[in-house]
Formats: sequence, structure tokens, C-alpha cells
Amino acid sequence: MRFAVIVFPGSNCDHEAQYTTETVLGQDVSMVWHKETSIGPADAVILPGGFSHGDYLRTGAIARFSPVMGAVKAFAEKGGPVLGICNGFQILQESGLLPGAMLRNSDLRFHCEFVHVRVEQNDTPFTRLCTPGQVLKVPISHGEGNFFAAPDVIADLEKNRRIVFRYVTASGDVTDAANPNGSLASIAGVCSAQRNVVGLMPHPERACDPRLGSEEGLILFRSVIDQFASTDAMQAV
Amino acid sequence: MAALAFDEATLDRHGVTREEYERIVSLMGREPNLTELGLFSVMWSEHCSYKSSRVHLKTLPTEGKRVVQGPGENAGAVDIGDGLAAVFKIESHNHPSFIEPYQGAATGVGGIIRDIFTMGARPIALLNSLRFGAIESPQTRRIVDGVVRGIGGYGNSIGIPTIGGEVMFDERYAGNPLVNVFCLGIARQDEIVKGAATGVGNAIYYVGAKTGRDGIHGATMASAEFDEKSAEKRPAVQVGDPFMEKLLLEACLEVMQTDACVGVQDMGAAGLTCSTCETGARGGVGVEIDVAKVPQRESGMTPYEIMLSESQERMLLIVKRGREKEVEAIFEKWDLHAVHIGEVTADDKLRVKHNGVVVAEVPNLGLTDEAPVYRRPYADLPGRIAGNALKAADLKPLPSATDALMTLLGSANIASKRWIYRQYDHMVRGNTFALTGLTAGVVRVKGTPRALAMSADGNGRYCELDPRQGAKLAVAEAARNVACAGGQPIGATNCLNFGNPQRPEIMWQLAEAVAGIGEACRALDTPITGGNVSLYNETEGRAILPTPVIGVVGVIENADRVTTRVFPSAGLDVVLLGDGLGELGGSEYLKTVHGLIKGEAPKLDLAREKALHEWLYTSIAAGLLKSAHDCSDGGLAVTLAECCFDSGGIGVDVTVPAAASDGGVDLTAATLFGESASRAVVSVAPGDTAAVLAAATTLGVPAKKIGVTGGSAIAIAIDGKGGVIEVSVADAEARWSTGLSKWFGPKDQG
Repeated sequence: MRFAVIVFPGSNCDHEAQYTTETVLGQDVSMVWHKETSIGPADAVILPGGFSHGDYLRTGAIARFSPVMGAVKAFAEKGGPVLGICNGFQILQESGLLPGAMLRNSDLRFHCEFVHVRVEQNDTPFTRLCTPGQVLKVPISHGEGNFFAAPDVIADLEKNRRIVFRYVTASGDVTDAANPNGSLASIAGVCSAQRNVVGLMPHPERACDPRLGSEEGLILFRSVIDQFASTDAMQAV
Repeated sequence: MAALAFDEATLDRHGVTREEYERIVSLMGREPNLTELGLFSVMWSEHCSYKSSRVHLKTLPTEGKRVVQGPGENAGAVDIGDGLAAVFKIESHNHPSFIEPYQGAATGVGGIIRDIFTMGARPIALLNSLRFGAIESPQTRRIVDGVVRGIGGYGNSIGIPTIGGEVMFDERYAGNPLVNVFCLGIARQDEIVKGAATGVGNAIYYVGAKTGRDGIHGATMASAEFDEKSAEKRPAVQVGDPFMEKLLLEACLEVMQTDACVGVQDMGAAGLTCSTCETGARGGVGVEIDVAKVPQRESGMTPYEIMLSESQERMLLIVKRGREKEVEAIFEKWDLHAVHIGEVTADDKLRVKHNGVVVAEVPNLGLTDEAPVYRRPYADLPGRIAGNALKAADLKPLPSATDALMTLLGSANIASKRWIYRQYDHMVRGNTFALTGLTAGVVRVKGTPRALAMSADGNGRYCELDPRQGAKLAVAEAARNVACAGGQPIGATNCLNFGNPQRPEIMWQLAEAVAGIGEACRALDTPITGGNVSLYNETEGRAILPTPVIGVVGVIENADRVTTRVFPSAGLDVVLLGDGLGELGGSEYLKTVHGLIKGEAPKLDLAREKALHEWLYTSIAAGLLKSAHDCSDGGLAVTLAECCFDSGGIGVDVTVPAAASDGGVDLTAATLFGESASRAVVSVAPGDTAAVLAAATTLGVPAKKIGVTGGSAIAIAIDGKGGVIEVSVADAEARWSTGLSKWFGPKDQG
């Protein structure tokens, strides 16, 4: 299948996203510059991490105006799988494709460290190979990952099972100590109402080699590849 | 001679002595105008000209079979196989970081990154070596917080991982914190780009941020001592914009993939002046620019201000005639505006015009190679050595060995630096080996089976006692750290941080330290490929501890073999390499427990040190070592404790040989906390122990099994004396984990 990795000025995890999908998992990848108005022939879209436009303003606030975002929205509306990682998640929030906003981490410091997240829902394209409740060891690396939304929005996310990942302990428990940034309801990732757009603050693409600390992030990419293979098989029938 | 065009006060303000002024007049054949005086002022500053250190730096070993690029370019480079080179350098940003910690540190990171991508290399790793005053001081903690945020703010945003470093606290750095930053990049050896202007008629391009009035005379500031008025120098500190630099980085690397560009130079210290005259001097050509064409952030800037500004994130490119549009188009893609500001000329001058009118015309070589070189007088302070002798009467009654160990583990110098490194994105680009417990920073080299290990080290206490010996020990420690991770050390870079070189005892420290670095680098086969000198690190007449910092780079041939200090399981044999001589001089123990910097720096047998490194990286390559940790700050007891940390509570039970001497104090302390060099602690599967010990014997490295891993305590006995330390790993690790973070907010614990 073909991934499109969107490159904004200031994206800095685009190389990892490319390396994981292309070199580690053997898929086709197009690197799509943000000034393009088309994402080309793509089966899934990744918005990588980084500091788009320097993020001197609110994170992702400028990137959402990039010409390519029209094509990303259209792709999402047609049900195409879209994954926003870290800054990519923030851009999806600013674009209105995902709910909530990010505040500064509650201790006002940047955190780069491995955390554990629990997969709450496995009916998204990026978690379909996970078992519900599965705990993944993945790194975070952000200064503004403190998920915030109004109480009714949180209630709606809970009710419609749109909280896809929560920060937990290694054994899978939600605790304050396991929440690295103060996110409401320990939210690490959510999905769109149609479930095809997923955003998360942790970096699954950095957890793809045990020597680098974990390979438990690979399952997100394998999931979407698996979905593509099965749809492809269905279409072939 | 006739009356001069400038009075003493003007020359003083420019940091130009009367003798230097006369040299300028003789080089130019006339008196300079104010703009020209400004050019000489920055280029002949200590920071740019190395005028006090140059005669000594020339003695360093700079050649070797793996050296691709030695000193003289923007960075050095060594051969790492497959036609690739590791391009690296270390640089200081000490003075700005005291005046404005966040921006000082941030722009230090920005500057060293530019040096690396200027060479056509993709930067993939950063290290830093930091020195601050005593942690108990709120002023120190404010500086620590600003520096750490600044390093993170820049490195995290631009997306280059900060993969390691070292931090030491001592009150002697209170008024002069040291911020040394190291960057390493990867380039194809045949694609390395030089900072030389060539080809008469080729175009000089300016790219990047606009020029403002920030940083004017920054290089001159970095070449003077501090006094109570230093805060007034804040306008000389620049403000960093990592996003701009990210664009410049990507665009420049893209331009360098074409062959449209013959030379590149970043604008760091001395800005446009340095980049123009140095590229001209290297290429043996002239450079003519019109400063009116330089994009300016403020109105009404004079040629003097434009030439001396140290605004950040600016690059100078020399573009082949006829290829200009191609280069401009690449920069346009990145929303950068490349501006054609001049040409390469056939003479040897830097000619500066302002709207077509010549405002300065100076020979390039006059600014660069012909800058003054001083053989400053140097001498040790009389009676210094006698005053440093350690006497038993200096010491307080000894606490129990366990208490002393706990005190050391909880001291800011030994404690976990997690509070710092978790504020740095140390994983971006997806190459960094899990940081926990690595003795060096390690990144894989994508597309090869290899990884690179790198470490930056220095020890101001040893250098205070004996600068030559301290510098040798710094080289040895950096290389040993690399070897403990599995790397074969292949190259080095140095950053020399000292006080005022016009004082003979400081100049003596510098000369001795350079001699020590040279001796150690020759013996360990790690040539110096570049570096930086930072002098005048003094406040109100008191100098810092002399602190040469050495960065060493090594190659790990098989990245699967990367090894950490952490005991991976119980039931392993613990082997000690090297001999404990009981050397307490300059130790962390004397400083932390007794408040003293006294005695003799540890001895160092460089041949034995090299044999230890070879044993380490070959044993690791053979898969024989489960963990490896060098023995340095805090001695053997701290080393053993650290091997237990991050292991999930695995303990150790050892009986160590008594030290050869009581260190002038006490045999127990000397054995446990003495900092003899050329030692390491490794763990080995019991079945491999005989082979490991035999290999050590073959190489002439003393090696002895001292115990086993397991249990939940750190239990240390001394041969012939019985048990001296018994503490649970959990208690010791809790002390170590919070020893630094406890000084910051409650949210920062753990």
C-alpha cells in the first residue's frame, strides 16, 4: 500500500515515519510537501511530529492553513485512514478533524520519555490488530500534550468510545502518576466520529526497533496495512 | 608616529591594543576607518583569532588514517566506513549563557548545528557538557533551568536529538557557567563541502534571517572578563530561531545536492565579517559585497553594524555563475529568500560597499592568518603544589562508608541527570539507542550495520591540581566511555575553557592542558579534528576551574552489540578491570564529603588505558559482556551502585581488593572512593568468565572476578577487611534518582 507523509516546514519526525513504513515495513511512501494541493495516490495519510512553522503560535495553528490540508480533509471525509502523531495530532485538532486542544504540560516542562498507553478501542484502522486493553510501551516527546476539552466533549468522547489511547502504568492502570502531562481522562489519543482519523501524542514510529527501546509502536502501522490488505482482498473478490 | 585617527577609549572599546592598532596600520598601509577598525576588532578578538592559544594548539595531533578533515574548516570529519564520514565539533557558548541563560544556550546549539550542516553533513546528534555553580544557590538553579530549557528549546524544535552529556556543579563556576555543545552529522566523504570561495565572478549569496543590531561585538564580549556591569551587555546576546534554522538546514542540504554551490560558510561569531573574509582567505581570492543588499531587520543600520551583527540563522553561499536561479528556487521552496550580495573577485581583499560606495577594503589574510599570535608568558604559581598536598588533618572524622556512598549518590554531581535529559528530545530521527544506562550517546547509522558512540568529558578538579594530568584524564575518560558502550574511539574534538590568558598561571594551565591532550590523543589514536577555545572565564578576578572538555567519537561495528552499564540479570559474574591505587586526590569524595579540592590528580598509564579500551570493545563485539561501566567520579563504590540502577533492583555482592595506598587518609575510603584511572566494571555470564579474564591478561589489563550480581542489596566487602557497605538497591536508587531533581519544583521529582 502507499502511505503519504505530509511534510510541513518544521516537521521533524517525517524521516521516522518514512523509515518505519518504507524500510521497516516495506510499503510505498510519498513525501508530500505542504504546498501541494493533492496528496496523490495514497491509501493512508500520516501527519508526522515536529514543530510546524516553529509552533511559536499555538501548536498546529498555522499548519492547518497549508494548501495540502484541503486534500487531507477530503481524503478523511471519504473514509481514508489518517494518523496524526504528536504535532500531527495538534494540526488535526486545529483543522477540526479531531476534538480538543493541547495545553502546556502540567509541570510546564518538555517531556521526552517512554510511557505506557492502553489501547481502549480496536475498531480504528490503526488499532485493529490490538486487543482491547493491550498496553504499549511508546515514547512521548512534547511540551504541549495536555489534552483539554469541555466536559460535554469529554463525555461525548467517552460515550461514543472515541478515546483510543490512555496513559497508564506498565500494568495497565490509569493513575495520576502515569499521566505525564495532565491530560483530562488520561487521554493520549482519540479518533474521529467516523473512526478513520486517529491522533495521538506518543510516537509509535519511534518504537519500531527493540534496540531503540521498544518495537511496540509497529502494531499501529501493521494494523492499517492489514486493513488495506483485507479491503483489497474484498475488492478483488 | 603621527596622531592616530582613534583615541585610546575607542581602541579600548574595540578591545584593540595600541600595538595591535599599529599592526593594522602597517598591514593596510594606512589608518583604518571606523568600519575597518570594527572588522579587525572582531576578527582579532581572542574568540575568532585564537591569538593566545594558537601556538599551543599547533602542537596537537591532527592527522590519522581515519581523519577525513582536520582543523581549519567549520568542523572536523573522520572515516566511519562505507564512504561515510562523521562530521563533528564542540564549541562553547559560556559568556552568553551567563548573561541570558536560555538564549545563550539555545544559540550555542544553533551555532554548532550550523557548523555541521555547513559541511554538507546531516546533523544527527547533539551532546552537551555543562558546568554550573553550587546547586544550593538559587542563582545557579535559575541558570541551570534557563540553560536546560534553552538547549531543549532549540534542539527539540529543530529535530536533532540531544543524546548525552555531562553536568558538574562547583562554586568556582558560579559567575561563569560553561555551556559546551557538541554536534555530529553524517556526510558522504566525497560530498563534504568546504568553506572556501573560489571562481572569480561567482556570486556571493546571503540566506536566512535578517540582520539586526543583536550581537554586535559578541565575539569581543566573549573575549573579556565579567564584572558587575555584565548584565548591561545583554544586547550582545542573540536570540535564536530554531524554525528558521530548520528551514536553512533543509534548504542548504538540498542545494548541496546540486553542484551549483562551491562553498558555504555559516555566520556565527563576527557574522558577515568572518564568513566573507574567511571564505576569501581559504580560497585565495577577494570578496566584494554591498551591505545595502543585506536584508535588514531594523532601519538605518550602518555598514559597521551590518558587518558586525551576530544575528543568528544566517548563511553565506558561493554560487557558480549561471546557476543562481537554480539555487534561488530551492530556497524559495523553503520560503527563504536568497539574496545576491556580491561577487568573488580576483584580488585578495574584502571589499565592503554601501550602495556602491566602498566603505571598507581590507586584505582577507590580514583579518585571518595574519592576526596577531601571542606567546604569552606562562608559569605555575609558586608554592601551588605544596599548598595542594592532602593532609589527614584536613579531613573531618569519616562517616561510615555506607553513609559516604549515600551522600555521594545524592550529590548533584553523581545523581541521575534524568531531570535534565528528559527535557531534551533525545530520540527524534529514530536513531538513538535507549538512553538509560549508556555510558556514551549512541546512534545507529541507517543503511549500515554500525552505530556511533560519543562522549564529552572533562574534570576541572583534576585540572586545578594538575592541568596536564587532568587533560589526559579527560581524554581517557571520554574514550573509555565510548569503549564501554562498545565503540572503538577514532577521533576527538576539544573545547578549552580557561580564565584570563594574560595571567601567567592561567596561561600555564592552558599550555599544560594542551600538552596533556596532545599526549593522550596520540597514545589513544584519537586525533583532534577541531575545537574551540573559551578564555576570560573569570568574574571579578576569580577564574573557573581550568576545564578542557574532550569529545570522543567511536564506531561500533555491530549495532546489535551496544552495551550499557546496567546489570541485566542476577547470577552474572562481576569482573573488575584495572588496579585501584587509592588515589583520593581531586576526588568527588573529597569534594562532596569533605569540601576539598586537594591532593594529586590520579596517575594514568596511557598504554594500559588503550589496552583496556581495546579489551572492552573487542569483548563487547564478541558478545562476551552483559554490561560495562567505566570507573570515574565517585570511585568503585559509586560505579558498582550505578550498575545496579535501572536494573529493576538487581543487587551486587562483591569483595574488592584493597587499594594499593590509603590515599593519605584511610584505606577504606581510598579503596571505595579513590578515582584511579583505567578501570571498568563489567558483568559476564559465568561460562564466559575464564575467556574474558584470559583475553584481559593477553592485552595486559589487570582483571579479577570480584563477585556476582543478584539479591536486592549493594554489598561491598574489602579483601582482608570484611564488609564495609550494605544498602538496599531501592534506597540507594531513590537517593540517586532525586539528588538533582529535588532542587527543582515538586512536580519535577523522580
